[in-house]
Amino acid sequence: MGEFINIFIRAAFIENMVLAYFLGMCSYLAVSKTVNTAFGLGLAVIFVLGITMPINWVIQTFLLSESGIFGIDLTFLRFIIFIAVIASMVQLVEMVVEKVSPALYAALGIFLPLITVNCAILGGSLFMVSREYNFGESVAFGLGGGFGFFLAIIAIAAIREKIRYSNVPPALRGLGMAFIITGLMGIAFMSLMGIDPAALASGGN
Amino acid sequence: MAEITTEKEKKEPIIEFGKTERKLIADPLNDNNPITVQVLGICSALAVTSLVYPSVVMSVAVIFVLGFSSLFTSLLRSYIPKQVRMIVQLVIIASLVTVVELTLKSVNYPIYKQLSVYIGLIITNCIVMGRLEAFAMANKPWRSFLDGIGNGLGYGAILIAVGTIREVFGKGSLFAGSPIELKIIGPSTDYWIDTVNNGWFSWYANNNLMVLPAAAMFIIGILIWIQRSYNTKLVDVS
Repeated sequence: MGEFINIFIRAAFIENMVLAYFLGMCSYLAVSKTVNTAFGLGLAVIFVLGITMPINWVIQTFLLSESGIFGIDLTFLRFIIFIAVIASMVQLVEMVVEKVSPALYAALGIFLPLITVNCAILGGSLFMVSREYNFGESVAFGLGGGFGFFLAIIAIAAIREKIRYSNVPPALRGLGMAFIITGLMGIAFMSLMGIDPAALASGGN
Repeated sequence: MAEITTEKEKKEPIIEFGKTERKLIADPLNDNNPITVQVLGICSALAVTSLVYPSVVMSVAVIFVLGFSSLFTSLLRSYIPKQVRMIVQLVIIASLVTVVELTLKSVNYPIYKQLSVYIGLIITNCIVMGRLEAFAMANKPWRSFLDGIGNGLGYGAILIAVGTIREVFGKGSLFAGSPIELKIIGPSTDYWIDTVNNGWFSWYANNNLMVLPAAAMFIIGILIWIQRSYNTKLVDVS
């Protein structure tokens, strides 16, 4: 259990998808104008990342790798298969959410389809492969990465709502300022690097 | 419908290079830059810009993928059903990216290792999808190809500018890792400006901030600031 918590904390804070690796930047900058929409997108990302990561792990391990059921190395098909899984999962999640909770569907609105081309989702799956996580670890990594994205987008949306009342030079207003704030947030998150999640998870010092 | 368009295309020359075509290449370099104006394709780009050489490789990969995915999408545009166009586009992009990945892996393994997942992330680079949706689905193959190349160049220009600033100020070198590595400023006699023996530059030290990923954000923020100061029609009114 401890190692899962370790990976969750690492993915959410120390190796934050947005602030340390710059993944998911497009939607992060485009949808962070108000906290409400940022909240919706953040939830959707946690959801999709938490679902696609284990599915892609199963596909990678049992279908694509050399020890899988086909017995040949199919890893060159990885990109196409992963992106197809992500696109179809997003479609599926969209239909389920629409049936089960119309209120949540209305709140998420256009953001669900947008998630297909969110680099954080595919990036998460590719990191999972290159770091050779097992099933439990990839679930923890997916949820942690989604939570990290959620935190980052809520934080910048709140800052951007406030900064509208500040006296920013006209040429820097909006986009330019968003970049600089993200840079500062990245440096702030770097101070979490000294934390050792393994020590926290084991309850020791 | 499909037959009419093919007949029309036959009358005009397939490859021409007039004013419209030049505009397609030149526009994305400044007025319609994919990174600083359209805000697309930042995702997979910024982490590779700490050195110039990976930035150049990344730019070439993106130009290739963008140009040819636009070309193929445009050729197929009248046969793609509207409902599944996203999947079709993603499959085209993913195949091209696989070609790039395998080529890079066999040609230059160290740089492939260095770029790691970011080559794969060209698939979800919003710029590629964005150009396919906005341009290639509605235009003829040759123009779509040029539009793809132009946007790739606009993207590469920003990437290489950021990479140059970060490498010179952060590491004191240029093109490190490539055959034409230049050592500009540093604490040994290998460098052009030797900070140990040259009294004029004894105060100089590399700026470690530039090595951090956050520096890329600052530099792009400042590039946007400079560009919008000159090009006031781009200023965000909200």
